[in-house]
Amino acid sequence: MPTMSYIDAIRTAMAEEMERDDNVFVLGEDVGVKGGVFTTTKGLYEQFGEMRALDTPLSESAIAGVAIGAAMYGMRPIAEMQYSDFMFPATNQIISEAAKIRYRSNNDWNCPVVIRAPIGGGVFGGLYHSQCPESVFFGTPGLKIVAPYRPYDAKGLLKAAIRDEDPVLYFENKKSYRLISGEVPEEDYVVEIGKANVLREGDDITVIGYSLPLRFVEQAAEELAEEGISTHILDLRTIQPLDKEAILEAVRRTGKVLIVHEDNKTGGVGAEVAAIIAEELLFELDAPIMRLCGPDVPAMPINPPGEKFFLLNTEKVKAAMKQLADF
Amino acid sequence: MSLLSSTSQQAKHQQLGLSNETLVAMYTHMLTARMFDERMMLMQRAGKINFHVSGIGQEVAQVAAAYALDRDNDYFLPYYRDYGFVLSVGMTLRDLFLSAFAKAEDPNSGGRQMPGHFGSKRLRIVTGSSPVTTQVPHAVGLALAAKMKNKSFVSFVTFGEGSSNQGDFHEGSNFAAVHKLPVILMCENNQYAISVPVHKQVAGKISDRALGYGMHGERVDGNDALEVYRVVKEARERAVKGEGPTLIEAMMYRISPHSTSDNDLAYRTKEEVEHHRALDGLPRFRMYIEELGLWNDELERTLREEIKKQLDEASSYADKAPFPTPESVLDHVYADTRKEEKH
Repeated sequence: MPTMSYIDAIRTAMAEEMERDDNVFVLGEDVGVKGGVFTTTKGLYEQFGEMRALDTPLSESAIAGVAIGAAMYGMRPIAEMQYSDFMFPATNQIISEAAKIRYRSNNDWNCPVVIRAPIGGGVFGGLYHSQCPESVFFGTPGLKIVAPYRPYDAKGLLKAAIRDEDPVLYFENKKSYRLISGEVPEEDYVVEIGKANVLREGDDITVIGYSLPLRFVEQAAEELAEEGISTHILDLRTIQPLDKEAILEAVRRTGKVLIVHEDNKTGGVGAEVAAIIAEELLFELDAPIMRLCGPDVPAMPINPPGEKFFLLNTEKVKAAMKQLADF
Repeated sequence: MSLLSSTSQQAKHQQLGLSNETLVAMYTHMLTARMFDERMMLMQRAGKINFHVSGIGQEVAQVAAAYALDRDNDYFLPYYRDYGFVLSVGMTLRDLFLSAFAKAEDPNSGGRQMPGHFGSKRLRIVTGSSPVTTQVPHAVGLALAAKMKNKSFVSFVTFGEGSSNQGDFHEGSNFAAVHKLPVILMCENNQYAISVPVHKQVAGKISDRALGYGMHGERVDGNDALEVYRVVKEARERAVKGEGPTLIEAMMYRISPHSTSDNDLAYRTKEEVEHHRALDGLPRFRMYIEELGLWNDELERTLREEIKKQLDEASSYADKAPFPTPESVLDHVYADTRKEEKH
């Protein structure tokens, strides 16, 4: 199976879907001639022309709103938010419109739009090029939210999102673009939205997370294995709707659970995962539920010590995992 | 002012290509919308319905605009006062009453949304929400689809002058103009955003903003049906020729309070309202068709009786129609919403 970088997996998913269905198109700032500020849409303009790799005015609410209008007609737009930090002007379009179109019209209209947005820090982006905005949209029924970690899932989930009949927020990790590579099949496939995936099987502790922090978890698990600690790792892949069964199964496996994400702790996805576990199997737990997340500050600073303090890494994750194993 | 007075020998409607039959049909829709609105006000006062947001004083422009569009192919994004518009593009009084009573059969939302939140895929009336002006980018998106798929439809979107200050108006207008999309934006300038008068909403003319976006802009007397028809028709011609969007500012006056929850005399005078009532476009249009010999008191009386009968039947039907089941609250969150998830 060929190896592919995370960013190539995203780009390939878009190109293949655009080849498969001429209703699919991408729109956003710099997605056309330039091929995206991260080169995520590179080559699409040349292959599909300016209408289907559409450079838009700098105006996020219109990018989302125009995509929503086109989707209601029956197009399959992929709206790119250049950074998820710049997505907030489009929040009303996403929460008041996209999420509610099917419901408010009693299933008459629907809105098959994909909104892609790069999340995460570690690129010296300061407050406004580093955020993880998942929790702003999480808990809005009507939206589906995916946040892939592996290139395989990045491609398969994006294809599934494009083919989905409802709005999907696709949070791709910008640090992962070139940092993460992995096996991606050449043939067409999708990864079903709403299904988590076991990355590693283990018996002592369970770690649940999504997106880039899972890299640190995998590395720490490798190191802890040498110390005799066996880690079970669940990649949520989809954060809305959460794969409740997979979460409970993963926790039952070890009775000890750590939840990890870069978005800040309060009100984050991990809080809901913890609540699900507490509701369903509190008395099967052998240790209190643990969370390791970004600190509750507005966003990470640009100075290197501050950014390092904010971000998760293998050492921090390993220490938390060890603490849980030792409980 | 007589609408017949023209330097040309032809009456104005003939110059516009409107037949006598169409004029009467337009008047019928205008009067139907007016009488529906009046009935809704009465029903709210009688406690039959909770809420009504009125479009009285705006029906003439709404109906005229609808008739200038391709009512079989264009996409419509009306705002919450557009009863005259939606009636003209195929919505029925029964549909509107089913919405007012929030009944299961309501085609707009299945009894989920407030009245005035129109939607019907069959009629290409795009579902709308309450945060104002979010529909402008949607109209632009539909027009983008028309351009991408080489279709000759246009999208037509309305909003109030207060709403024209929202970011989505500006973002959508600019986007449409940059990509020369077939959108017609019609501001129904009724002089009030609830209580705030137009001079506290905008310092200039809304139609002048078109210049800044690089699109055609035009202000029109919204009480003059034939003028509204003309500018919308011309806007549509430009749109399908690839000449891009048009911003129309139709001047009118909200004769009713903002809604049934509003006491308008707290912020405007009775004299002001009466002054504008005298300028109402509905009797003015009636006068035009009377002068053509198409209308008279007898026809008026017959039509009013017929509409009253329709209102009685439609409201009675809707009143008796069942509400949605309580559990239906859980339906249609997603395409694949499963019943077993209910708890």
